[in-house]
Amino acid sequence: MDNSKIGQHISEQFNKELEDIRNKVLTMGGLVEQQIELAVQAFTTGDVELADQVIKQDNQVDALEMDIDLECTQILALRQPTAFDLRLLITVIKIIHEIERVGDKAERVAQMAIQLAGVESKFPHHELEHMAELVKGMLHDALDSFARMTIEELAEITERDDKVDREYENILRQLITRMMEDPRNITRTLDVLWTVRALERIGDHACYICEHLVYMIKGEDVRHLSQSELESKLKA
Amino acid sequence: MTAQETRTHAIDMSSVLRGKGIQDEQNETCIKVENLNLFYGEKQALHDINMEMPRHKVTAYIGPSGCGKSTLLRCINRMNDLVDSAKIDGKIILDNENIYDKAVNVAALRRRVGMVFQKPNPFPKSIFENVAYGLRIQGINDKRILEETVENALRGAALWDEMKDRLNDNALGISGGQQQRLVIARAIAIEPEVLLLDEPASALDPISTLKIEELINELKEKYTIVIVTHNMQQAARVSDYTAFMYMGELIEIGTTSELFTNPRKQQTEDYITGRYG
Repeated sequence: MDNSKIGQHISEQFNKELEDIRNKVLTMGGLVEQQIELAVQAFTTGDVELADQVIKQDNQVDALEMDIDLECTQILALRQPTAFDLRLLITVIKIIHEIERVGDKAERVAQMAIQLAGVESKFPHHELEHMAELVKGMLHDALDSFARMTIEELAEITERDDKVDREYENILRQLITRMMEDPRNITRTLDVLWTVRALERIGDHACYICEHLVYMIKGEDVRHLSQSELESKLKA
Repeated sequence: MTAQETRTHAIDMSSVLRGKGIQDEQNETCIKVENLNLFYGEKQALHDINMEMPRHKVTAYIGPSGCGKSTLLRCINRMNDLVDSAKIDGKIILDNENIYDKAVNVAALRRRVGMVFQKPNPFPKSIFENVAYGLRIQGINDKRILEETVENALRGAALWDEMKDRLNDNALGISGGQQQRLVIARAIAIEPEVLLLDEPASALDPISTLKIEELINELKEKYTIVIVTHNMQQAARVSDYTAFMYMGELIEIGTTSELFTNPRKQQTEDYITGRYG
């Protein structure tokens, strides 16, 4: 792992504190990635126990979020960081919030898995699984860019969100058709819809993480830009 | 990085002066440093410095010990003239006039450019006489003028309420923080245009430091202030612009909010984040 950005402080203790925060963010990210995977698996297989495990794991994620928040606050208060160090801490505070929200979405999928368990479903799972793979990949790569503190892949990650949105609309159309075919399907189909919606939002959170990382690395605020504007900013 | 690359001729001062965090569109230059080189004997202490300091703003110089920031500050009221081995070329333009011009009266210049040092240096006289000193040596002895000026200067230095009942006490008997504000009052009593502060708070406790910082913020309404400080947080708190110097060169100057969040030069980043340079 490249330490050049957070190592090299004259204060070895400060290096350790920043390294510790980075590791905790990555641990938190890893937990949430796992949550997504298990939640989707629970959903497609109807495994209630697995879904329970996902819901319980969310406590761990929440605890990590508070823990990292506290450490960042302490460093801000005690060390008055500047420049990259300051941007790193501000970014960490923001991205752990995104990660925590992703965890909530995974929990939501798990809750739907419990609700729909045992119900005969004609819904094609492979499309949902495909979408989950896409958003999990985005989150994974965004966190990877955070770990390496590099900017090169960020535009490519946010670009993938278009594909997620297309998948989402595609599934949405199918669900609407099902509801129109037989109104008795509406309640269950809405549950599926919430699940798909949760996955789609995970893609958005991964994009927000990428935007925060641009600020961390380049010091530029690229929120609320179109994909093409973002790309040209990153090239500049 | 070679010396050539670090030099700052290329910095577009107009963009710096109107950079992030500066609301004021009416920025006008008060002091302009042009191609300034300074030698102490054989040793070159300042290398080709070019920069501008806007009127009624606070500009801070930061950098490691020996980087030339105090030397540069002392150039602005020609204090380095007192150092025999110092040789200076280049210009410092204060209000369209090169202060190193032969025609310039140095005593008059120092009336326009006041200076406060790291250690408070009150004279062993009464508080009143300390503040009135500058006027007395100008030959002003009218009691009414003196009293009015002393009161205004002490008010300006946020010291009037503490001192008004003990104006005849010896200045050496007040606390260090009060002494430093007294010295500032003495400097502003003669109504200079520019105030040079060389580490004005480094010998003070945190509360006195905050009072001095608060005072700097008030004084900039009337004066152009240049401050040298080792305390980066202090530079961040009090200044509008910050210049980072290293080994006699000006590495970077920018608005304080930009320089401390997103410096342009790696050397600046390394220094302000406490990394090995």
